[in-house]
Amino acid sequence: MSPRAANPPVPAATDPALIRNFCIIAHIDHGKSTLADRMLGITGVVSDRDMRAQYLDRMDIERERGITIKSQAVRMPWQVGDTSFALNMIDTPGHVDFSYEVSRSLAACEGAILLVDAAQGIEAQTLANLYLALENDLEIIPVLNKIDLPAAEPEKYARELADLIGGSPDDVLKVSGKTGVGVEELLDRVVERIPAPVGRADAPARAMIFDSVYDSYRGVVTYVRMVDGHLNPRERIQMMSTRATHEILEIGVSAPEPTPTKGLGVGEVGYLITGVKDVRQSKVGDTVTTAAKAATEALPGYTEPLPMVFSGLYPIDGSDYPELREALDKLKLSDAALVYEPETSVALGFGFRAGFLGLLHLEIVTERLRREFGLDIINTAPSVVYEVTTEDRKTVTVTNPSEFPTGAKISEVREPMVRAAILAPKDYVGTIMELCQSRRGTLLGMEYLGEDRVEIRYNMPLGEIVFDFFDQLKSKTAGYASLDYEPTGDQAADLVKVDILLQGEQVDAFSAIVHRDKAYAYGVLMTGRLRELIPRQQFEVPIQAAIGARIIARESIRAMRKDVLAKCYGGDITRKRKLLEKQKEGKKRMKMVGRVEVPQEAFIAALSGDTEKKDAKK
Amino acid sequence: MGSALPLGDPAPLDGLLPAAAAVGAHDRAFGVYVHVPFCRVRCGYCDFNTYTAGELRGARQVDYADHAIAEIRMSRRMLEASGVPDRRASTVFFGGGTPTLLPADDLVRMLGAVRDEFGFDEGAEVTTEANPDSVGPDDLRRLADGGFTRVSFGMQSAVPHVLAALDRTHDPARVPLVVRWARDAGLDVSLDLIYGTPGESLRDWRRSVEAVVEERPDHVSAYALIVEEGTKLARQIRRGELATPSDDLEADMYELADDLLAAAGYEWYEVSNWATDAAQRSRHNRGYWRGDDWWGVGPGAHSHVGGVRWWNAKHPAAYAERVTAELSPAVGREVLDAGTRETERVLLLTRIREGIRIESLHAGGRHAVAGLIADGLVDAKAALAGVLTLTRRGRLLADAVVRRLLEE
Repeated sequence: MSPRAANPPVPAATDPALIRNFCIIAHIDHGKSTLADRMLGITGVVSDRDMRAQYLDRMDIERERGITIKSQAVRMPWQVGDTSFALNMIDTPGHVDFSYEVSRSLAACEGAILLVDAAQGIEAQTLANLYLALENDLEIIPVLNKIDLPAAEPEKYARELADLIGGSPDDVLKVSGKTGVGVEELLDRVVERIPAPVGRADAPARAMIFDSVYDSYRGVVTYVRMVDGHLNPRERIQMMSTRATHEILEIGVSAPEPTPTKGLGVGEVGYLITGVKDVRQSKVGDTVTTAAKAATEALPGYTEPLPMVFSGLYPIDGSDYPELREALDKLKLSDAALVYEPETSVALGFGFRAGFLGLLHLEIVTERLRREFGLDIINTAPSVVYEVTTEDRKTVTVTNPSEFPTGAKISEVREPMVRAAILAPKDYVGTIMELCQSRRGTLLGMEYLGEDRVEIRYNMPLGEIVFDFFDQLKSKTAGYASLDYEPTGDQAADLVKVDILLQGEQVDAFSAIVHRDKAYAYGVLMTGRLRELIPRQQFEVPIQAAIGARIIARESIRAMRKDVLAKCYGGDITRKRKLLEKQKEGKKRMKMVGRVEVPQEAFIAALSGDTEKKDAKK
Repeated sequence: MGSALPLGDPAPLDGLLPAAAAVGAHDRAFGVYVHVPFCRVRCGYCDFNTYTAGELRGARQVDYADHAIAEIRMSRRMLEASGVPDRRASTVFFGGGTPTLLPADDLVRMLGAVRDEFGFDEGAEVTTEANPDSVGPDDLRRLADGGFTRVSFGMQSAVPHVLAALDRTHDPARVPLVVRWARDAGLDVSLDLIYGTPGESLRDWRRSVEAVVEERPDHVSAYALIVEEGTKLARQIRRGELATPSDDLEADMYELADDLLAAAGYEWYEVSNWATDAAQRSRHNRGYWRGDDWWGVGPGAHSHVGGVRWWNAKHPAAYAERVTAELSPAVGREVLDAGTRETERVLLLTRIREGIRIESLHAGGRHAVAGLIADGLVDAKAALAGVLTLTRRGRLLADAVVRRLLEE
């Protein structure tokens, strides 16, 4: 029998000394959710009957991809000796795009379990989050998971972890979330090692929002970590960034189902419901205080989410545009970082220009649009945010190549930079450096982790990373390399806008801002793709890539020479007429660029790099 | 004609046509097409409605003429009962299949039935298709004596490896012989060629066209090979055993043929047809393109009378059953509305040299003409005189031209 707590501490009246707030830092697939589920089972908060695999990851996409997008917090009782403790496990998002959310989750904890797959070792992402945790002065408990796997090498990776965070390899706990081995010891270790929260019970209330989730029945559910004071049901609260006030309709803890309580006290973790309908009214990182006795100073670390990557979202079927608008409006309620505005494109029709935290965020949004709203959509090549200064000293923020100034001479273009960390087996160092170099990276440093793995750090333009860098990295390292990056500011660079012209007409969706040295390659790539994909017309169609008025690459689609049914006698006539009617229908789905008829699929395939030959027609 | 029958409405067993079919009948020529659905072997590219001895399921080749004659007799009664005025046949065309697989007497007997029922216009054109290896001098003489005026030989190519790829069994050396026999019998001669056969080079094609020109036929047809679904050729291409003929090579071949034929005194009068002079143009086929009336006799044959198109049961056995019971062998039909008839008029007339009167097009079509001239698809001089006629480039892109003429 597991030592389940006999008299669990009561929320709202728990001595902070009995509270432990911790999170789990882990890479995708390293078994975080399985371990969390196991903890829920062992502590008895979820009965085996109710146990659903990966209980904490609520969204389908998260469950499928094995990643956590939204964090949640669960209160679990745990008894050590004669004392019952309250353990708050805060589940952190696992991806770099959500590093701000990660940092807020970490700020809500005093300690972190560093969870590493015993068959794979630590990954770049985990390393990045580990840095963040150490920066937040979190107590780190190193743990190797999946020790039941035949491929597990616990000794090797224990040494790697010990090298990384100090201490002895023997301090590294070895568990299996799947079988439960070592999990009780881990919970004991959490109580023993992680410090209890400290705060002033009599000060004005201050609670930090570390997550904010939209629920279609309950409105926004705000997850908070109490720092000082106390929050009570029916109390009026104030958001310190906006000064907006709301009434607490419900306050409670997740155990793991939402359980109303008489309030939350110092060090406690729980949720608030105020009836607001939009997560933008309850921002991650913001400080909640009471309206009656407001705190004067907000908790540190709050920033507005800033979109880093922009892309056009278009319905593949133009008539789905209203549905897309509705879907985005709904997604926005649960995704504070998503921004968008309407946009039209010659090639793709009506759509939206949307801003995202990063590539994964983009992918998640498009995936949710597909899955939750049944929409078929295409996104244009992702772009980052450029600051373009013209010679008349005007500066324009460019998130879409179409905003790139064309009239005035450009004196400077600044692009966002990131510090990228790549972790990979040492055999791939050469390949990775080559790739980073080709993406205008500057080497910052390189370090061996354990015997055979290397961390390589580069300073790189974000614009290079959003352009299929990760795919390239994966394919060049047989999938072994992992990547993490964080913004480090911006730099001036020789960037130009390359336009793609079809018979002299610009095709907006294909314009891109690239480094001058890469302009030619981009032009050749895109003109080549379009040549393959656009069917021959009755006239020759030049496809050009241009910087301003200067043509840098050129292809042409030769005129179609034969389009006639050879035989047209008695019985052929009906058939021929029906074919004609079908072609007429088909034409309605064509996009016209000047006189050139382009099937929508050709544009989509060119954007997605899916260049199947057009000659598979008829 | 392609073998798959179109989807249409059911056709009535009494063969009666809607009243509208009779309207304006006097202004339309009347022709008869007789389908002979037999071949010695099935060629790899062919999806026509034709059967080898092994595929006949009890429908006997020897009875075929009688069945066809039964339909010919019925056709007259049905037209009459539908109020379509009596017209003499101005053309008769025997196609297949291989009509000359039947004894010449059978062909003559069927032709006689047409003559009995409808009578012939003065100078009526009576054609049969023939394979170079299925006719001899006597057959041809008997056909000429029986009223045939014209024979169209399926020569296809003069190059052995091309003929082999097409599964054609005749020896190319036989073509000059059959042409001479036909001439001796007093028949006009047409030769058919196919281009774009897998493996055929531009040089092979030149050899074939030159061989045709050497025989001095009155009329030449040249068709790009159409790879029809369900044929052996389509399967061979799908399996990668044969290469798909490229549109560009076919365009080169077409232009070469047009050059060589023009130099030898042949003038194009339809996208795939050339003749030495206007009198040698196939009048029967002209009926198809001008929207005239014709009755198609035989399994799978299509007919058209005054905006009603219908088609017969495809299999000879099913066909025989119907006609023996004195029922219409038609299994489907469509009654064209005004818009559909206009579409057909444009798509058919555009193909022929006489062209289409520009003023007869609707506004969208008239509006398209300038662009078609600019793109070099339509003859500018003719257009200024009010007639839309294709240039050579336009002939190769005729379907695209038609689509532009029909744009709203």
